[in-house]
Amino acid sequence: MFEMLSDRLGGVLKGLRNRGRLTESDVTEVLAEVRTALLEADVNVAVVRDVIERIRVNTVGATTSTALNPGQQIIKTVNDELVAMLGGETLKITYATHPPTVVLMAGLQGSGKTTSAAKLASWFKSQGRQPMLVGADLQRPAAVEQLRVLGAQINVPVFSEPGDPVVTAKLGLAEAQRLGKDVLIVDTAGRLAIDTEMMHQVKEISQAVQPKFTFLVIDAMTGQDAVTVAKSFDETLSIDGVILSKLDGDARGGAALSVKHVLGKPIAFASTGEKLDAFEQFHPDRMASRILGMGDMLTLIEQAEKVFEKEKAEETAAKMLEGDFTLEDFLEQLQQLKKMGSLQSVMGMMPGIPKEMKNAEIPDDQVKRTEAIIYSMTPQERAKPELIDGSRRVRISKGSGTTVADVNRLVKQFTEMKKMMKQMGGKGMLGGKRGKGSASAGMSDDLAAALGSRLGPR
Amino acid sequence: MLALEIFAQQSSADTTPRILLALTAFVLIFGIAVVVMGRRKSGQSKVADAVEIVMPTATLDSSQVAAVGVREKLSRVRSTFSGAVANALIRSSITQETWDELEEALLRADVGVATTTRVLAPLRDLVKAKKIVQPSELLAALQSEMTAQLSNSARELNFDLSLNAPNIWLVVGINGAGKTTTIGKLSAQQGKLGRTVLMAAGDTFRAAAGDQLETWAQRTGAEIVRGDDGGDPSSVVFDGVARATAKKIDLVLADTAGRLQNNSNLMEELTKVRRVADKGGGKVTEVLLVIDATTGQNGLVQAKQFSLATQVTGVVLTKLDGSAKGGIVFAIETELQIPVKLVGLGETIDDLVAFNAGEFVAALFA
Repeated sequence: MFEMLSDRLGGVLKGLRNRGRLTESDVTEVLAEVRTALLEADVNVAVVRDVIERIRVNTVGATTSTALNPGQQIIKTVNDELVAMLGGETLKITYATHPPTVVLMAGLQGSGKTTSAAKLASWFKSQGRQPMLVGADLQRPAAVEQLRVLGAQINVPVFSEPGDPVVTAKLGLAEAQRLGKDVLIVDTAGRLAIDTEMMHQVKEISQAVQPKFTFLVIDAMTGQDAVTVAKSFDETLSIDGVILSKLDGDARGGAALSVKHVLGKPIAFASTGEKLDAFEQFHPDRMASRILGMGDMLTLIEQAEKVFEKEKAEETAAKMLEGDFTLEDFLEQLQQLKKMGSLQSVMGMMPGIPKEMKNAEIPDDQVKRTEAIIYSMTPQERAKPELIDGSRRVRISKGSGTTVADVNRLVKQFTEMKKMMKQMGGKGMLGGKRGKGSASAGMSDDLAAALGSRLGPR
Repeated sequence: MLALEIFAQQSSADTTPRILLALTAFVLIFGIAVVVMGRRKSGQSKVADAVEIVMPTATLDSSQVAAVGVREKLSRVRSTFSGAVANALIRSSITQETWDELEEALLRADVGVATTTRVLAPLRDLVKAKKIVQPSELLAALQSEMTAQLSNSARELNFDLSLNAPNIWLVVGINGAGKTTTIGKLSAQQGKLGRTVLMAAGDTFRAAAGDQLETWAQRTGAEIVRGDDGGDPSSVVFDGVARATAKKIDLVLADTAGRLQNNSNLMEELTKVRRVADKGGGKVTEVLLVIDATTGQNGLVQAKQFSLATQVTGVVLTKLDGSAKGGIVFAIETELQIPVKLVGLGETIDDLVAFNAGEFVAALFA
């Protein structure tokens, strides 16, 4: 629904290319787009204002580095700034000298406390601990039942008593000591930050169990109100960290930035799926790309770095642009591509890929079939597909277990693409200079910009 | 990405090899870029020093908090202008700051950048033409314009009396939006109108969701049909409708599991629930999308995707008794033409009320 920042900036950045120094008006224009991107990502208005001001200070008058063009440099600055703001000190989980280590979960209704409590218990288990859960949400019907079911799934005992949540929490603590459990996670009822009575109650629970860690659970879809909520809970409970839930949705998750910025407390965990093990420690750099709408570039870059050999890749790209690209080369690339993960996920992580392509289904057996067709060709045929006549087609289709039509289609589309690539190489549509170690050989500018920002600080 | 667009334009059912080729080309190029640029690390990342910022927040005095009634609940946070709008009103003339403050008020309420720009644009012309001079006039004009944009929607819940079979209301939304609670309140509300209600516990995924719904059924005197945990939600809803048809029950309230709208398998499951619900003798007359008032810009995506999957007929805005304003539903209603029908104001059984455009708009600026 929302444009990627890199797409959004495309137009603005074109005008900035090839200039050595950024003027104030250049920066203002770009920052207006960055501001919109941040607001669309639900970063709080006041926080956005602050971020933009800091970026302005860091960019105006800055001489562009040799590696990056001005646009890339701005995106890089923005990205660095966000990573710095989201990251900083990480939360170290330490354990109480007198067990159990008590963890208190708090948040609004529906933010995902109960599920997060169970996921956190599962995480502690994976750290070799023996957690226990306490259901102190006696407000919502069947909340305790939900916790019991989840507890059973991960094999963690659940304690709860009907009546008063403060009493339940106390009894739960005693029970954990009796059973010799070393981590106690207390789930509480969802409450509104402005509900003074309920906020008082959660404070009583906190005083009763003396938690080592108090986590605020925040939904990744939360809008501007995230700061109000975070501040109220922090004032009442003194939050140690934040758990960001529902991060498997498509929300940009700007709330994470707002809350981090306002509380100064780390985002400790992120909940990334329906399954109970879909829970991980928080990665500030990935979140920055996500808020800016740049796809999950980091993961992609990591995978690409693992798979690609530079010289080989450059050579192939040069061939492609010269029109010397053969089916053999294609096969090789396809295999490297496969190493990077499922094609669908690779495509999903790429910035700037048209929607039609992203939505296209690529069944894995189609990849296999394409490989099989090429495997069934002789080296001559792979180098010169035009050799493939009627009888060769029949042989190839038989050899690969496909139909003549499949073979035709592959050959035809390969030839078309080759032609197109050659044209582009000639016209320089894929980027100005070709070959010979030029950084942007065959790379379009918005991608270059996005890359510049990702690669700089690493 | 010109190259890829060219390939994509030619997409048809048989383009898999073409897409593979294009993707290969792209990834190859990308790979080179990564490797080449990876060597040019410039490592100038800066460590941000924490900067204290002051957030203007709505202030409440204790007399306001003491209010209890449903309407008062809605208005307690909102009876006075505060923050940005208060500043705007102090000025004697309309300046750039006035515009910034009004914009900020709307952005803070989660109305969104695009919608905010859209509602402010016509007013800028009026101010330029000196038809509006005072900040207070500007605010009033903005509020009445926004209210007017919400005035054409039919907010009545669709109940087809002539049906002679159960009306089915399907309740959908993301996890934690408040679907089950909304059904409980709807059941109480519809029961008061003299309608008999059956709940179909279509959330077979979340642990104990059925138990939660059952509690609400007992509280409101409704029938309930439950399935097995992890079972097929469509069949639970189908059974519910069949039971309601047999027992001549007026209304089936069908619960569904919360799901994130980008999970295409789960969205397809929901489409199926919608389709199957129509086949048990009754008719789906309302598909209610439940949206939490704290939801930010993703709410628009939710509304779009859930509508595609289930033809949403109305929005229920929950948890509006908190500090969040729920401004995203303004964008949803004006941009996607999905009316906001109900507002949830708390955890008690009677606090589901009809949406009131005027009150809602006024509250956005509070």
